[in-house]
Amino acid sequence: MIITQKKPAEELLDMLEGVKKVAIVGCRQCAAACQTGGEPEVEAMKAFLEEQGMEVVGTVLPDECCHKLLVKRDLKALKDAGAEAVVGMSCGDGVQTVADNVSIPVYPANNTMFLGQIERVGMFNEYCKMCGDCVLGSTGGVCPVTRCAKSLVNGPCGGQKNGRCEVNPENECAWILIYKRLEATGQLDKLSKTRPDKSHGDTAWPRHINLREKKS
Amino acid sequence: MSLLKQALEGGAFAVTAEMAPPKGFDFAAQLADALLLKGKVHGVNVTDMQSACLKASSLGLCIHLKQAGVEPILQMTGRDRSRMALMADVLSAASFGIDTVLALTGDHPVVGDCRSSKPVYDLDSVGILNMLSEMEATGNDCGGNPLASGAPELFKGAAVTPVYEPRILQINKLRQKVEAGARYIQTQGVFDLDSLREFMEEVSKAGIDVPIMAGIIPLKSAGMAKFMNENVPGIAVPQEMIDRLAAAAAEGKEKGVKGLPAKLGMEMAAEMIAKIREQHLCPGVHIMAIGAEKNVPAILEMAGVSI
Repeated sequence: MIITQKKPAEELLDMLEGVKKVAIVGCRQCAAACQTGGEPEVEAMKAFLEEQGMEVVGTVLPDECCHKLLVKRDLKALKDAGAEAVVGMSCGDGVQTVADNVSIPVYPANNTMFLGQIERVGMFNEYCKMCGDCVLGSTGGVCPVTRCAKSLVNGPCGGQKNGRCEVNPENECAWILIYKRLEATGQLDKLSKTRPDKSHGDTAWPRHINLREKKS
Repeated sequence: MSLLKQALEGGAFAVTAEMAPPKGFDFAAQLADALLLKGKVHGVNVTDMQSACLKASSLGLCIHLKQAGVEPILQMTGRDRSRMALMADVLSAASFGIDTVLALTGDHPVVGDCRSSKPVYDLDSVGILNMLSEMEATGNDCGGNPLASGAPELFKGAAVTPVYEPRILQINKLRQKVEAGARYIQTQGVFDLDSLREFMEEVSKAGIDVPIMAGIIPLKSAGMAKFMNENVPGIAVPQEMIDRLAAAAAEGKEKGVKGLPAKLGMEMAAEMIAKIREQHLCPGVHIMAIGAEKNVPAILEMAGVSI
């Protein structure tokens, strides 16, 4: 799940300075779960922008705002609506996908935070940094790249007190978690083996994957 | 050749001290303190923005020290520099004859005084050691390309925190550091010889063979000790020491004499050093005086240690 958080209203209003007619595009996937771009949030945004004196000429809620063809199809509803700008209530991917399909400015209503686990409704934990080279097999299913503040692949550092990370004591030290998980699953031998340092040569962004490419 | 290496390999009781570069570009005070250490220690660690607080670079003060005839130890953390930047600094250091290095992961920027800085951590302590060992073994740089004049020969070290729960994680990482090329170890400040002894026994039980120098922090006051206990991971000053420092402060107040707690702190540090040497607990000590480097020669004299 891509976790998003609503931007402060003033920041959005700064972006919309001078705009009179606006359209809103939400997302029924992640942003809906994060309560930043589902149906109720799009309705609330509409009411808010109207209060600010803007005319909301249309609202669209694609099933997935990151799906280019789907978004292209759904945005047809806004054709000839006369919008001067779009407020995108999805993740950064969705906002860009909308921008790829229109020729007016698209402004993000959200900050895109992380790829996270939904612990409970409204509670999200950052779990994966999408490094492109998964090490979970040797770390007891706890990601050190994401859950260690220093992304140490051979931790821990000396910066923990009572099992808590000194960078943010709300967080448990990932390497103590890894140790406990490896111990509980009889895999402590995996601790002693030094993991190779992350190579960044093959993960230069932006990356693309094309399953249609012919294998040679 | 590294003076520290000569000392440790020659069986001498090795002594290192530690200094921080200035927060600025006037190095005069640091140089004056360093000259007091000349001939008294086998090396002076120069910290790399310790506690993630901005200072002039470690390499800068190392060059000053080397030129002043004081043997520097280049501390390198992975916090601010990628593998390329680290290797570049090591090569520059080597051109000045600086060949003793200490690899650290580094405190995270958010615990320091420049919170917006990007945490790099391209390599951690183990990664830095591995990279430098690979360079020495192959004569190649971090991309596998040959260095023009071959690789410099380095004496590489690392740090360890003896007071750590679960300790197996520190022992494990210590082994990884030694496998990656660490040939000496300096510990976080220790204040209790029994726990140091216990740690050294565990290291030996784990079959790790590397000289471990005990970290000594001369305490300046009871407040400093309490602050470190609460805020510095891996530091555990026994209550008895804190009480003695508080009593010294009270005595000083009564008699109108200043500096009694700091004097006691120096004495306690000297006592620890002497015992570590007498009992062969460690083959050397690393004294972190935290700004009071000028006291190091007196502490060594009290401990009866000369190099």
